[in-house]
Amino acid sequence: MLLKKFAFATALTLAAFTISAQAQEPRRGGTIRFTAPYGASFVSNDSHVSNQIQDEIYGYALHSMLFRWDSKAGKPEPELVKSMTTSADGLTHTLKLRDDAFFHNGRKMTADDVIWSFTRLVDGSKNYPGASRVVRIKGAEAVRKGEAKEISGLKKIDDFTIEMTLTDPADPSFLFYAATTAIMPAKEAQQPDFFNKPIGLGPFKFVEHVPGSRMVFERWEKYYKPGKPYADKLVISPMGEAAARDVAFRNKEIDVSILGSTQYVAYKADPNLSKGILEVAEVFTRNMGMNPEFKPFSDKRVRQAINYAIDSDLIIKRLVRDKAYRAVSWLPSSVPAFDKNAKPYAFDPEKAKKLLAEAGYPDGFEFEWTATPNESWGIPIVEATIPMLAKVGIKVKVKPVETSALGGVIAKGDFQAYIWSNTSGPDPLTALKCFHSATPRSSCNYTTFKSAAFDKLFEEAAAERDAGKKIELMKKANALLQDEAPVWFFNYNKAVMAYQPWLHGLQANATELALQRYEDLWVDASSPAAK
Amino acid sequence: MLPYVFRRLLQAIPILLAVAGLVFVMFSVIPGDFASTQMSDGRSVVDAEQVARMNKQFGLDEPVYVRFVKYAGKLATLDLGTSFRTRQPVINSLLERIWPSLQLAIAAMAFAIALGIPLGFLAALKPGGWLDMQSMFVAVSGLSLPQFWLGLMLMYAFALVLGWFPSFGYGDGNPRYIVLPAVALGVAPLALLARTTRAAVLEVMNADFVRTARAKGNSEVRVMRWHVARNAMVIVLTTLGLQFGSIMGGAVVIEKLFAWPGIGSLLVDSVSLRDIPVVQACILLLVLFFLVVNIIVDVLCALIDPRIKYT
Repeated sequence: MLLKKFAFATALTLAAFTISAQAQEPRRGGTIRFTAPYGASFVSNDSHVSNQIQDEIYGYALHSMLFRWDSKAGKPEPELVKSMTTSADGLTHTLKLRDDAFFHNGRKMTADDVIWSFTRLVDGSKNYPGASRVVRIKGAEAVRKGEAKEISGLKKIDDFTIEMTLTDPADPSFLFYAATTAIMPAKEAQQPDFFNKPIGLGPFKFVEHVPGSRMVFERWEKYYKPGKPYADKLVISPMGEAAARDVAFRNKEIDVSILGSTQYVAYKADPNLSKGILEVAEVFTRNMGMNPEFKPFSDKRVRQAINYAIDSDLIIKRLVRDKAYRAVSWLPSSVPAFDKNAKPYAFDPEKAKKLLAEAGYPDGFEFEWTATPNESWGIPIVEATIPMLAKVGIKVKVKPVETSALGGVIAKGDFQAYIWSNTSGPDPLTALKCFHSATPRSSCNYTTFKSAAFDKLFEEAAAERDAGKKIELMKKANALLQDEAPVWFFNYNKAVMAYQPWLHGLQANATELALQRYEDLWVDASSPAAK
Repeated sequence: MLPYVFRRLLQAIPILLAVAGLVFVMFSVIPGDFASTQMSDGRSVVDAEQVARMNKQFGLDEPVYVRFVKYAGKLATLDLGTSFRTRQPVINSLLERIWPSLQLAIAAMAFAIALGIPLGFLAALKPGGWLDMQSMFVAVSGLSLPQFWLGLMLMYAFALVLGWFPSFGYGDGNPRYIVLPAVALGVAPLALLARTTRAAVLEVMNADFVRTARAKGNSEVRVMRWHVARNAMVIVLTTLGLQFGSIMGGAVVIEKLFAWPGIGSLLVDSVSLRDIPVVQACILLLVLFFLVVNIIVDVLCALIDPRIKYT
């Protein structure tokens, strides 16, 4: 009897394991119904043309790049590149390409396609956004200026090997993972009607584009990752209106939806919808930049006082509705050089007053704060800080600007302080370079930050070949930035995606949550579009 | 009649030119430009050199008057230019979008006519009666409701709760997709048509010739059909023409909300990206559509009412 019971229990356990394993086993077939939430349409069928995330969303289905972002590792990984070796000076990289990547017309990709795609990107008469990445290759600038026809730093060794020489010791994987640097078929892409029905190397083949409504793809059977993609079909609908997306998601017409702060609260409160929420700290730091040309802000103690005077946690909780992570320093928590042990500035008005008095402002001062109407990093946030700053004697005069004009105002240095959401990753070195004294304001050193100690740490990190040591140096540089406080460190954006229970394989992509690796996504049999 | 139509079409040319000039000047003075918008990810300053190169590529570095002269010259040869963002001829974008917009406009007007005119007519038969009060309540509500809100409510009720129609998209020729956007777009013209029809019918019913028709022993049905409806229809047709023309422009919000691939959503996207050639072409097309519809209405009015003469 005891033996029978044991056997029955064992059988039950085994069955449970089997069911569990089946539940996790990716299923082939069905349609993934994705949404592109950043506008009413895609710009073009040509992924090289647009810098908009909206177009990158379909670019990830149609195209492959040399590298691709690995959300789990938090860094780019080889995609069309099989392996990469780097010279001792860190400038020359030998890239071994896949020999099993086929374009959607069945032709095998070769080094010629890579060279043609990059040469196209730096065509000076076209001004493709990806050019800003390709010009880091030696000789690309000459092509852009029309002084050369070939990029001298890009050499074909054989059909599947390329030698790439950069102008500085940058990591090519951080340069060439976006769809703006997609590899296109050299001969075919020069045909006049190519972009009416484009082909690429991605997991899905282009079927149709109904501008303003949808882009449809089907599985590419000769995709280089065996067994992938899982879904038969992918439909991407541009849906800029959050309210419309909400209805469509609840009505099970779409499989994912990017949520704003209002919807985030509603979805979290819903017992069913709250089960399908994916969150990630994206690589954007919301901050108030302080112009040192405005006398009070030239004093570190004043900048620190502002960080102590504002109750950032309260603003994040009440105004941003917890759809953000408290910022500690510049680098966000999703990049490897983020120090998990570091603590943000505490809310301490008394300390702020003390620092202001030490800096020669016992009665405070008044400054002009340039801000856009943005609800997450604009005037509503500034208005919330006004009473907090007033308590330590600082008066704020709001200077509203249009969102599209903010960059121009900052580039000219026409501000005392501004509030913005800036890219702070995924490459920590690139993000930190914005605070190097040699970086101009018109590039990204908006607060014209100058610190010899920071420069030294940054340069050491840039030159360091050992990955572990490099990260430690960047952590130190980031800690120094926190102490120098060139900005008020407000928060890191928390991107939130709602997904249906039948959709599997989503990744918490910190570079942009809406960018997913479609080849890893699959729908189970409970999807309305499972067949 | 033909010389009249020809003259009206000729008169449209200065109107179109004035609109083209106005749009051109407006987009030359408002902040923001295509290069900065296109190259920016919104989270960093755009490389000034690249912006300058792009402005040069699209001729945006030239003075406004030079650009306008060039634009007007192209327009004279019916060349609408090249889209900054797609780098394709603007006409291609318009051709892709015109049919969905027309489909939506026709469906919305069909809904408005099918309900609005009978509602107004019935309301006028017994002024102050139950039907009159109810229909005018509906008419006033229809005119007051914001389209965006109405569209969302329709989505909620008929897609989410009842599951009768899809909440968004164009579909593959499936008419179920057009119902909700057409209703959302058609409610305001419906309300206006109902009110106009009611007022027009009431006015005609009190006219001397209607009294005379009744005195001559004509049946009520004949009076209504041949004397009241025909005369009231001239006023209704004029309203209908104006509504049909403006419905294309009014579709901007609805197209965006329902992810409908028409001229409206193209216009919104192009404005936000500062794709000026497409914005200009969209607005010109909407104005042209408005003018053409109104010429057609004038012709129809003359056919219905022989007293109207166009010379």
